[in-house]
Amino acid sequence: MTFQEIKQILILQFGPENIDSIETGLQPSIVVPAGKLAEVGQFLHENEQLYFDFLACITAIDNGPGLATMELIYNFTSIPYGHNLVLKIIFPRNINDQTLPSVSTLSNIWKTADWHEREAFDLVGIHFNGHPDLRRILLPEDWEGHPLRKDYHQQEQYHGIYVKYEDGNSNSDRV
Amino acid sequence: MSERIKTGDGGIILTNAEDLMNWARLSSLWPMGFGLACCAIEMMAAYASNYDLERFGIFPRPSPRQSDVMIVAGTVTFKMADRIRRLYEQMPEPRYVISMGSCSNCGGPYWEHGYHVVKGVDRIIPVDVYVPGCPPRPEALIGGFMKLQEKIRGEHPLAPELFLEMEAAKNAALTAS
Repeated sequence: MTFQEIKQILILQFGPENIDSIETGLQPSIVVPAGKLAEVGQFLHENEQLYFDFLACITAIDNGPGLATMELIYNFTSIPYGHNLVLKIIFPRNINDQTLPSVSTLSNIWKTADWHEREAFDLVGIHFNGHPDLRRILLPEDWEGHPLRKDYHQQEQYHGIYVKYEDGNSNSDRV
Repeated sequence: MSERIKTGDGGIILTNAEDLMNWARLSSLWPMGFGLACCAIEMMAAYASNYDLERFGIFPRPSPRQSDVMIVAGTVTFKMADRIRRLYEQMPEPRYVISMGSCSNCGGPYWEHGYHVVKGVDRIIPVDVYVPGCPPRPEALIGGFMKLQEKIRGEHPLAPELFLEMEAAKNAALTAS
């Protein structure tokens, strides 16, 4: 099933105002509003023609304080049919230390979303509503900040160990 | 003397206790190999048959309580730093640390941008021998063990600390004058 056919099925279900697509570049992707993510995910999993039963990857991107958006990119594959789909949602970033941007989770449909969303939370700082166990997965529990954000500053020390290479040496000015 | 049949009994060796103890310690260094990342592969290659660390008396122990030396092989992250400190403190003395590879020497290729990498394991535990390389070849690790053995050969396990300090002060005064 080609990308255009998948797009048509989605437009029939959700209406053309909700389904947008980016077709420049190597792989075309479908863009949906962030609020519709749970419904679209459910439909992609349950529809008999589409039947996307494999969520391969969730990628989180921070576009920085200039554009003030973040993106989540989902890669789906249907194992019986063999077609693939890239789904994107774009939503506004949080300002400084305000509450993190919230998106609904897909871990109730695809189990692999569990750890991928934990990684997105850990490194970029996106909160997932309804996630069963949202906590840091790669960094230690008491790490400050989300490192893959564009405006991330490394902390000075962690548990008494200097973080930067230049700090904490005997031949540097700062001790 | 050359016709004497050697039966294996009655041999006498004359040495001092210090050299004997040092020789015993350096001939059977039991490492707790702390293989964290790619350097672990080279460490395994050094243990295996082609480079064979066992002929030096070095064979790996799983527990820190039973090991003499800790080989920190690989990138040390901040999450792992607490565990390394804990395991180092669980080793009984005399204990030594070999830092293997550039990541544990100084942060390695991640020194500039690695936010989660400890820039050198010597920020956590005291290190005796640094083995450079990314990863160091097994021969380089064996060379590191040779250097550690040199260090152990020159130790004074029986002399009290105060005596050693007095000797060092006297030698410093002699060279200064």
